[in-house]
Amino acid sequence: MSTTITETRRKSVRQLVHGHGGIVALLAILLFNMAFTPNFLQLQTLFVNISQVATIAIVAMGMTLVIATGGIDLSVGAIMALAGALAPLIFLSEFGAANPALGVTLAIALPMLVAIACGLFNGIMVAKLNVQPIIATLILFISGRGIAQVLTNGNLQTFTNPHFSYLGTGKVLGLPFQGWLAIGIAIFLYFIISRTTFGRYVLAIGGNERAAQLSGGPVALVKIGVYMICGALAGLAGLIVVAINSASDAARNGSLMELDAIAAAVVGGALLQGGRAPIFGAILGAVIIQLVKYTLLANGVQDEVALIAKAGIILVAVYVQQARKE
Amino acid sequence: MTVLLEMNAIQKAFNGVPALSGASVEIERGEVHALIGQNGAGKSTMIKVLTGVYRRDDGKITFNGHDSVLTNPREAQAAGIATIYQELTLVPLRSVTENVMMGYEPKRFGAFIDWPAAHARTREILTRFGIDIDVKMPLGSYSTAIQQLVAIARAVSLDAKLVIMDEPTSSLDSSEVKTLFGVVRSLREAGVSVLYVSHFLDELFEICDRVTTMRDGKTVGCARLAETTKLDLIAGMLGRDTSEITEAGMTEFGGGTAKKGDILLEAKDVATGPRLTKFNMTLHRGEIVGLGGLLGAGRTEAARALFGVDPLRRGTISLKGAPAPSQPANAITAGLGYLTEDRKAEGIIPDMSVRENMTLALLPRMTKGGQIDRARERKIVQHYIDALGIKTADMEQPIRELSGGNQQKVLLARWLAIEPDILILDEPTRGVDVGAKREIQLIIRNFVDRGYSVVLISSEFEELVEGADRIVVLNEGRCITELTNPGVTEHKLVQALAQTSEASA
Repeated sequence: MSTTITETRRKSVRQLVHGHGGIVALLAILLFNMAFTPNFLQLQTLFVNISQVATIAIVAMGMTLVIATGGIDLSVGAIMALAGALAPLIFLSEFGAANPALGVTLAIALPMLVAIACGLFNGIMVAKLNVQPIIATLILFISGRGIAQVLTNGNLQTFTNPHFSYLGTGKVLGLPFQGWLAIGIAIFLYFIISRTTFGRYVLAIGGNERAAQLSGGPVALVKIGVYMICGALAGLAGLIVVAINSASDAARNGSLMELDAIAAAVVGGALLQGGRAPIFGAILGAVIIQLVKYTLLANGVQDEVALIAKAGIILVAVYVQQARKE
Repeated sequence: MTVLLEMNAIQKAFNGVPALSGASVEIERGEVHALIGQNGAGKSTMIKVLTGVYRRDDGKITFNGHDSVLTNPREAQAAGIATIYQELTLVPLRSVTENVMMGYEPKRFGAFIDWPAAHARTREILTRFGIDIDVKMPLGSYSTAIQQLVAIARAVSLDAKLVIMDEPTSSLDSSEVKTLFGVVRSLREAGVSVLYVSHFLDELFEICDRVTTMRDGKTVGCARLAETTKLDLIAGMLGRDTSEITEAGMTEFGGGTAKKGDILLEAKDVATGPRLTKFNMTLHRGEIVGLGGLLGAGRTEAARALFGVDPLRRGTISLKGAPAPSQPANAITAGLGYLTEDRKAEGIIPDMSVRENMTLALLPRMTKGGQIDRARERKIVQHYIDALGIKTADMEQPIRELSGGNQQKVLLARWLAIEPDILILDEPTRGVDVGAKREIQLIIRNFVDRGYSVVLISSEFEELVEGADRIVVLNEGRCITELTNPGVTEHKLVQALAQTSEASA
């Protein structure tokens, strides 16, 4: 009798961990921080983490869509650098200085268009020319940051522009603007995935591309679409990083972001073979990655060691995924 | 003879829905034992319980004199139970040797694979089964039949005491079936038991000793094949009286009754590649046209050409007088549906629900203000679940959890839902049990009776002869002749095929 009770209890714990592994991990990190990290329960800590996590989350959501079709996008970090390098060039130009309002608008719109064009390029390579996603996006991964550095002559661009900086430092209802932006994007993408034909096709292509094609699905268009969305979100994240720092550094903006985004997506429950698009999972994944980084940093652990910890999280996430599949 | 395997009163439920309730089977050493039943009767579940894929809820399994507590397929293999699955589970791009030896390669210095020894051992194993092929070639370069025999050879080389074959002949032609039967007989002589799952009842009488019949998760009978009849077996599977079936006929089809309407689809001298070089066909309203031929005759290629999957190199296809669609999406808009032959690779999206799978082709027409009209979607899905008698817990169940016959019905519903004028059906009843087969045939018949048309591909001559109004006979990518019902018999079809084979030789 008692054995059955412990067995059911053990089973329910196991189910809890498998079904909500991310949330359990998040709670564990939070409890650890409350106990050991000095000044953790302070508003300043919350703000710092939200403004940091928003960029990871925004990129991770785009990555989740790409992964859902069975693809991958290595170029997100480079697209961030490119978009981030363009923005100050525009509003610091003579034209931008003369027309401040139009200058800031263009400084946001043009880099976004360039980022979307990068996504279009990736999408065409993958969907029309049938290049392996990892190779197709490697092209911009390498060249994107290069172009960004050429555009800025490799210089750090610093600026003071409160309107543009609102993207990274503004507050709405007391919380950082980009946090709200990330949540808004998540709700929008969740709606797209669960309620629209586009979303259904994304999952169908990841689940069985040939079946989707033979059922009349616009496979190439949908794939190009997800890479464009991913590019756009990466571009947006690049602008936010520049806005936070009031400076654009093409060499560092978005560096290693592709790995953080993939990790966040996988921790959030995305399957690399496709067919699943947990948008809110990606946010959860981003929060976990950010908190681990923060925890290690705040407790005096070196950046290099933090990388190892990140790899550990991915390992655990993959293990939990395997176990869930049985 | 002594008993090798005894499965007794096995219980297994999924989410509270019983899949097995008191199923039993007993296999003797060196016996070829058939397991039959409709889709969803529990055959696959039974096998998966035996091989440790599923854990049984209750019941007793005794294998080779011991209580069996296998928890995964690897343990089953080690215990001497080898399974040859319906869908092959080998690696087509690697060599025959690698496939046969996988996981058990002969080693040199404990780390490096001893390739000469591996090749030699593979050759020796295959020769025992009368297969003489280059073992260094990729497995995928050989026919499905050879691949299947390689899978069996691998199983036996691992000292299997029991070989489970799940629909082994479903993709083989008649000469390949003969080779397979030879292998099965040599297994029996070597004292190896075979559990043989098949929907082709004629085969059982040729190769098996005893047969266990399952229905609704229970074992309903076990008989020596020498002492039973085909009709008895069908009656057992369906749970019906034998006299009832005799009256109704063996299939639900009755071809040759259609009145000819106007021409809907016409193919003239179509070629898409080396496997389809000259294809001609006309399809009238309210008619079933069958495509007859042996494996590799170009039937599937013809279907793909009609549906706009493969681009035409020569010839023309016209659909209701207009040029034919160049892409599946256009074909669907034009009123065509195409049920593919390979359910797993080209049909189902395994992780998606029954609902999502069923409405995949209908999606573009099911939107309201850019959104999927979910109320209408549920209504349509529920309608087809009821109309086709699809057995599923509910419409949100992942399709991979359904039995083969029910998956096929969902896919059929996917195409019926777009309300097409023409359905192209490639092997609609393959890998499906007798009961589901009759149901599917009835669905097709009803569809045609409402004035729509069907292009039917089937390797079962019985189905083709009884079902089709006309049969276009193909051989090596070319149309050879056309037979018109009434008056077509299996004999005539076989004759046509035999003659064309001679003529082309």
